Amino acid sequence: MKEQLQKDFNNTIKNLTLSQKDIEIKKFYLDNFINKGFPNRNEEDWKFSDLNQIIKKNIGELSFYSDYTSTNKVDTSAFVDGLEHNKIVFINGRIEKIDFHYEEKDQIEIIDQSETINKFNNNSSLSDLNSAFTNKSFKIVVKEGYQLTKPLIIYHTTNSKIWSKNINLRLNFELYENSSLRLIDLFRDTSEKNFLNIFYNFDLKENSILKNYKVDKFENKNIKYSFNNIEQDKNSISETFILSSGSNFCKNEINCNLNGEYSSAFINGIFSINKNKHHEIRTIINHLTENTKSYQLIKSVLEDSSRAVYQGKIFVNSKAQKTDGYQLSKAILLNKDSEFNAKPELEIYADDVKCSHGSASGSLNEDSIFYLMSRGLNYQQSKELLINGFLLDVVEKITDPEVKNLIKNMIGIKE
Amino acid sequence: MDNRQKEIDNLKDYKYGFTTDIENTRAPKGLNEDVIRFISKIKKEPQWMLDFRLKAFQRFKQLKEPDWQKPKYPKIDYQDLYYYSAPKSMKDKPKNLDDLDPKLLETYKKLGIPLQEQKRLNGIAVDAVFDSVSVATTFREELTKQGIIFCPISEAIQNHPELVKKYLGSVIPVTDHFFATLNSAVFTDGSFAYIPQGVRCPMELSTYFRINASNTGQFERTLIVADKGSYVSYLEGCTAPMRDENQLHAANVELVALDDAEIKYSTVQNWYPGDKDGKGGIYNFVTKRGLCKGKNSKISWTQVETGSAITWKYPSCILKGDNSVGEFYSIAITNNYQKADTGTKMIHLGKNTKSKIISKGISAGHSDMTYRGLVDISPKASNSNNYTQCDSLLMGNKCGAHTVPYIKNKNSESNIAHEATTSKISEEQLHYCQQRGLSAEESVGLIVNGFCKEVLQQLPMEFAVEAQKLVGISLEGSVG
Repeated sequence: MKEQLQKDFNNTIKNLTLSQKDIEIKKFYLDNFINKGFPNRNEEDWKFSDLNQIIKKNIGELSFYSDYTSTNKVDTSAFVDGLEHNKIVFINGRIEKIDFHYEEKDQIEIIDQSETINKFNNNSSLSDLNSAFTNKSFKIVVKEGYQLTKPLIIYHTTNSKIWSKNINLRLNFELYENSSLRLIDLFRDTSEKNFLNIFYNFDLKENSILKNYKVDKFENKNIKYSFNNIEQDKNSISETFILSSGSNFCKNEINCNLNGEYSSAFINGIFSINKNKHHEIRTIINHLTENTKSYQLIKSVLEDSSRAVYQGKIFVNSKAQKTDGYQLSKAILLNKDSEFNAKPELEIYADDVKCSHGSASGSLNEDSIFYLMSRGLNYQQSKELLINGFLLDVVEKITDPEVKNLIKNMIGIKE
Repeated sequence: MDNRQKEIDNLKDYKYGFTTDIENTRAPKGLNEDVIRFISKIKKEPQWMLDFRLKAFQRFKQLKEPDWQKPKYPKIDYQDLYYYSAPKSMKDKPKNLDDLDPKLLETYKKLGIPLQEQKRLNGIAVDAVFDSVSVATTFREELTKQGIIFCPISEAIQNHPELVKKYLGSVIPVTDHFFATLNSAVFTDGSFAYIPQGVRCPMELSTYFRINASNTGQFERTLIVADKGSYVSYLEGCTAPMRDENQLHAANVELVALDDAEIKYSTVQNWYPGDKDGKGGIYNFVTKRGLCKGKNSKISWTQVETGSAITWKYPSCILKGDNSVGEFYSIAITNNYQKADTGTKMIHLGKNTKSKIISKGISAGHSDMTYRGLVDISPKASNSNNYTQCDSLLMGNKCGAHTVPYIKNKNSESNIAHEATTSKISEEQLHYCQQRGLSAEESVGLIVNGFCKEVLQQLPMEFAVEAQKLVGISLEGSVG
């Protein structure tokens, strides 16, 4: 893999206009990655999902170079109907379109950061890989007091032009005081066997609100890793919703630092997976100051021989008195070959806190099925109704009505 | 005068902190094949036992010391320890209690285990382990009548080799982790109990461990086998003198329960925890594992952990037989600079297996406490159930309480439920107690005892009273 990496790296550098210093920095990250390689089960964070093995088994040899010199055609039929929205379109990892035409021009600033390599607050080998190979990176700034009128949808599209490729994306968001942003990540893949490595950084200033909905719904054979780093100032709110369903393997990681008083973070997630899929959500909420709040709810429905993993950590440092932290994960295993692993973790150094977590996994409640069948439903209908209700609970947590409807329609959940 | 006062104060904190001047026979310092041969020879062990030890030692040399645990400790120099230390008068084993060195008896009296009196009054059979050797076992005759074997393991190796050979290392193999393997290579003594088919052991069996000599590691090995349909309740208590340096205690405890058998294992661990500044104290790195081998068998662990500078142990149950049951009840209290990383593992292999985990952690002062546990339901363990509850109580913002459960469900017909909470003693509760005339400290003691009640009531009567007191003592000075 080392020669491949070196060769692909040199090709990637050729197409970029970078200063000597930036090339050095990128080289540094490349060397870091070469040393560490893909994470494997010996690392505590990857205990339940051995990425090294998964890539080896599903993809084999990866190539890290993509030719971004020619444009891809944007297929407008793939856009979401019935909801006016701003767009960022990625096709095969190339940024094709940034469109904010519903918004006031001077309130949103888009800064091309491709030529400045930002350090990322994560020293995993995947962030090294990302730093070494990202070709374009943008920073999107929402100005003070501005609230976007329409949601922003980021389309992550891949098509059959690429195969066995590693794609690295990076975006940076900064929300100034009293601003707000609704962001939907929509994955649409028709490609197979690629590894997507996505890093987002969010900087939330005082009183700002971020709502991020990540929807991986459409069936595909790709492997995805996505890392969100969220920094929160006083009174800011972040809401993250994850629908983890379509990809062969997918790991979503959220690292949230509650730096300002009265800031709060909400994470809600659904695993709805079948076949041989293997999905994971890992969250780390760091309560770093007084009076912060976090709430997490993760529900899973597992069919066939699928496997879901939830690792959630609530960290409370000794300054963070009056913390309120809650975490709940529930799983329904529908098939005897399915598997649910959880590691809900509390690390607490302050005494005046309210922290708890719960985790339950098991089969569908036979009593409930019996009850429904006694009312005239057949087994299949009863099962569907129960699962529908089980997952509806999480979807109802979405605070934005427009997006809630969109997602309900997408997954086919009824009220 | 000052010094003397200090000494007295210290003694008040840890009342078992005395040393006993008894002449010791020691193996040469260090760990190598010769030392192992020396231990084996001095214990007059048969060849198979020596082979067992050497095999473990070969394995040990390849192993790396684990470092994933939360409480970090300075590197232990395994060559700087004595692996065998025995009171000299034990060289020729005493036949009965009257032959015992009076100084030893005195020591046990101080510990609150007057062997002779206990023999008559309490009806608890005691096996006392002093440094590395078992010095006295009481009540032997009465147990023998029922066919129960209860003796030091070194004696069992001589007298019941067929049993020891069959079960020793069957739950904790010589190829296990670092500390367990070290124990397999150098263990010196411990208790052995065998309960024959259909016998309900008429009294509590008990072992009292004491580390006396300095620079000694204590490596004892306990093996309890409950044959079909039998029942036994086993108690373990431990103390050590106060010393400035840290001492290593790496014991192995193996339990085997055959069809319909039940083993109840209770521990009140009160090793020297180090002084107020975290100097000295015991490193308690113990491997405890129970195998529910037969159908309908049951193993229940109860532990009250108040001592040791670092406690690092996970009493586990392997639920192999169908319908077997595993239970784990734990209270862990850390104060000053104590650290604990403890919990359990419940490995469900058989059908209809059940496990229950109740863990209560209390941290005060500058201490750090971690509950780490594993519940693993394998694909074949249909219809299994687990319930886990771990609650932590924090006193002050200089200590830490952590919960790290690993939950693996690979069977759709099985259910796992896990709950954890972290809180502090509420002002209302304290106010209420104080308003009724209790002092702040008494109030905390009362509330903590209530918090721990679910576990305390699992302990046998004699221990429950002691444990309740211990809970109070351990937290002294943590409020106000």
